[in-house]
Amino acid sequence: MESHEHHKETFITKYIFSTDHKMIAKQFLITGMIMGIIGVGMSLLFRLQLAWPDHEWPILDALLGKWAEDGVMTPDIYLALVTIHGTIMVFFVLTAGLSGTFSNLLIPLQIGARDMASGFINMLSYWFFFVSSVVMISSLFVENGPASAGWTIYPPLSALPQAIPGSGTGMTLWLVSMSLFIVSSLLGALNYIVTVLNLRTKGMSMTRLPLTIWAFFVTAILGVLSFPVLFSAALLLIFDRSFGTSFYLSDIMVAGELLTNQGGSPILYQHLFWFLGHPEVYIILLPALGISSEVISTNARKPIFGYRAMVGSILAIAFLSFIVWGHHMFVTGMNPFLGSVFTFTTLLIAIPSAVKAFNYITTLWKGNLQFTPAMMFSIGLVSTFITGGVTGLILGDSALDINVHDTYFVVAHFHIVMGLSAIFGLFAGVYHWFPKLFGRRMNKNLGYVHFWVTFICAYGVFFPMHFLGMAGLPRRYYTNTNFPMFDDLADINVVVSYFAIIGGIAQVIFIYNFFYSALRGKKSSQNPWRSNTLEWTTPVEHVHGNWPGEIPEVHRWPYDYSKPGADEDFIPQIVPMTEEEIATSH
Amino acid sequence: METLLVIVVALLAVAALTQAVRIFEISSQIKGTDTDVKVDDRDNNTQGWLMILFLVFFFGAFAWMVNEYMDVTLPVAASEHGAEIDNLWNISMGVILTAFLVTQPLLFGFAFMFRGRKNRKATYMEHNNRLELFWTGVPAVVLAGLILYGLTTWSNVMNPENTEEPMVVEIYAKQFGWQARYAGSDNELGYANVRLIEGVNTLGVDPSDEHSANDIVTNELHLPKGRPVLLKFRSQDVIHSAYLPHFRVQMNCVPGTRTQFQFTPNITTAEMRSKPEMIKKVKRVNALRAERGEDPWEFDYVLLCNKICGAAHYNMQLKVVVEEEGAFNDWMKQQQTFAEML
Ligand code: HEM
Ligand SMILES: [Cu+2]
Ligand SMILES: [Cu+2]
Repeated sequence: MESHEHHKETFITKYIFSTDHKMIAKQFLITGMIMGIIGVGMSLLFRLQLAWPDHEWPILDALLGKWAEDGVMTPDIYLALVTIHGTIMVFFVLTAGLSGTFSNLLIPLQIGARDMASGFINMLSYWFFFVSSVVMISSLFVENGPASAGWTIYPPLSALPQAIPGSGTGMTLWLVSMSLFIVSSLLGALNYIVTVLNLRTKGMSMTRLPLTIWAFFVTAILGVLSFPVLFSAALLLIFDRSFGTSFYLSDIMVAGELLTNQGGSPILYQHLFWFLGHPEVYIILLPALGISSEVISTNARKPIFGYRAMVGSILAIAFLSFIVWGHHMFVTGMNPFLGSVFTFTTLLIAIPSAVKAFNYITTLWKGNLQFTPAMMFSIGLVSTFITGGVTGLILGDSALDINVHDTYFVVAHFHIVMGLSAIFGLFAGVYHWFPKLFGRRMNKNLGYVHFWVTFICAYGVFFPMHFLGMAGLPRRYYTNTNFPMFDDLADINVVVSYFAIIGGIAQVIFIYNFFYSALRGKKSSQNPWRSNTLEWTTPVEHVHGNWPGEIPEVHRWPYDYSKPGADEDFIPQIVPMTEEEIATSH
Repeated sequence: METLLVIVVALLAVAALTQAVRIFEISSQIKGTDTDVKVDDRDNNTQGWLMILFLVFFFGAFAWMVNEYMDVTLPVAASEHGAEIDNLWNISMGVILTAFLVTQPLLFGFAFMFRGRKNRKATYMEHNNRLELFWTGVPAVVLAGLILYGLTTWSNVMNPENTEEPMVVEIYAKQFGWQARYAGSDNELGYANVRLIEGVNTLGVDPSDEHSANDIVTNELHLPKGRPVLLKFRSQDVIHSAYLPHFRVQMNCVPGTRTQFQFTPNITTAEMRSKPEMIKKVKRVNALRAERGEDPWEFDYVLLCNKICGAAHYNMQLKVVVEEEGAFNDWMKQQQTFAEML
């Protein structure tokens, strides 16, 4: 492959319509961060409402205008905020922001490629994402408000503007935005898959891939197989909304009007949606797990424990994630036998998940742990992965789900296992690869403060929600004050909101650290964490084509840390095996 | 209580802030020196200790929450199958709490024990088949047990054996309210469809169906204790979900389809009201209500909506009363039949 060093670059081709994977990674990261600020900001607004339902907040009046006259938000805007918060966090921050950033940055660098298989398609993938973000944000400003049927947009609610105002123009924009988003995801994912399969440098066999790459690779496969199904679900919904079809609608009278639709099934939508929706949670989670594998091994100065088991469990989780979607639908009236099947497959996922958790913990055992901020967040991830994962055993069990389905128990579960774990993975990745992204280092002490405040607040927000759920409190409630049986939950709601506000504000530390360090941080050396993987053999200053000379050849797996007999406690992948090593390897 | 928490949280915030300011200062002082050692022994030591401290704090907070908050969780199940579900719940909770209480200390404990030191060397350890087999095997066996028990319970709940014919009641959902329709003396519901909605016939019951005349439409759900009841769900507009948390019952109401759920209530409203845990709860709630100048509350079972369905989703409730057979029959007699209503 020839290198592109002598390309002439203008400002526009370098910073805007760049086809360089490193620049595209930064674009994804910054866009994801902006969306993250909006998404988390929304959650703080509705936490105000949940903790202090009648209080008049000037800030709500200022931000929401006609939807919060006198500073108390309306039920409609509450639902809209919850919906857009969920959509933004799941898709824009933790799918595009996380995968888009790190798959782009690391796949070529860690497998030894000059760029993605197609730089142009990669660029398109970012720009579809960008336009999709703009459309989603613009939906906040339409007359009747943005989509407000929950991030899962179940019809008929999402199909009928008569049922909820957000199902008018707001929902149309939501669907347009998500369609663009799906295109972006597919373009990205295809590129990742082809790149990993075809462009690995000499010696980089699949069994020598860092676990990051395994995670990104499998994630991309999940995306390619599941996003088209979401697309078809959205398409049928668009037909029902705009062209009078009845895929999801039947026998409906809404707002005094009898609709003519007949024969459709709203449940069909749920099957299609969750066929994507469940793999989607692993599309979010796997990259975070991949990142933490790499970060933990490097900073434990020890090989990741059970590399093959780790790859095996990623594959097992990915496979199983396609046959468990029904656990979101136990109480839709599905055939009880089918429910049993989904319970069975769902609980099976606990096995590979447990294997991963144990392997992380054992990797720490007898290590020489270097507590970089990235390492702290990775350990935090393992903690939340366990805490959130175990409640999956409750929710996946159809008999138990009857009583906690759609309560705050679910909100606690998915925020901890998916939201927090993935956010921590994202932070770990940013702290760890910041030197690779910007050639500079982030401030370590600010990183520690950021970690501890975030970690404590994160648990403070979501742990108490288990109890709310066990009290039978449904989610997506504008207020709990209409049921006296929930009156004694008010205290818990206040605690949760305090932690949310502090945790949210603490992110300022990160944002400051990020931008300050990107511009004025200390220059990084080439391999600051004394790591084995290939990205640290590239020069600190970015060059088109990644390596100025030949692409290095790979001679070993990426986890030779503290190998007996070696002088240093790391042996980069480019170092040939010694005679002795070859003799003793198996 | 609340103010105490506010104070603690405020203190924490202040501490975090001062920490941050101090760190800014320190970091500007050491700007000049640029070594490649990214974290030193001091950092590792501090962070390692913080890990242990966190563990203690985490488990302490957990114990505190269990002690404080378990009171607010739902009381004993008021239905026959509910007791079975609660049993499964307790066992599953036992399993997951064990996993939680064992693995978190391992994680933070190892982090502390093996915090980096300059001349420590990590042990090169790629894998260990025996160990891995062990921790694949143990979860597998435990899960096999949970799955078997779970599926048995599920199948008992969903396919109950009938010793007596269940009483059929339709639960009708629309934006934003509930109604109940009893099948009446023939225990068969008349045919209904939204297309037949007209005037007082708000449920769209077909007057020409022979089973319709003795149907009884009500705005409260009364159930006799100890008699199986088969709820059939219908929705007029969007998906709602009928959630009866005290009975461990939930089922979606889906427009265009019918769903159902059978159960047997076994604790009357009066009995539930006199349970010590309920007396305590009512007291607690009424103290809060008095503070806010609201009327005192008396416990009632309730059916609430648990699927987002529009603006007033948070306020879709149906009062549920469980009473002895006699009281139930008396109540029933006072209700109008569908024929009378027309
Ligand atoms: C400061 C951080 C956050 C807070 C305080 C927060 C809080 C909440 C709350 C209270 C709800 C409403 C629950 C309901 O009524 O159903 C919610 C919904 C949701 N959140 Fe978050 N959240 C935060 C971060 C995240 C993250 C990191 C994710 C990423 C996965 C996320 C994803 C979601 C989703 C998918 C929903 C469901 C939206 C829906 O019901 O349609 N949130 N969040
Ligand atoms: Cu799922
Ligand atoms: Cu409803």
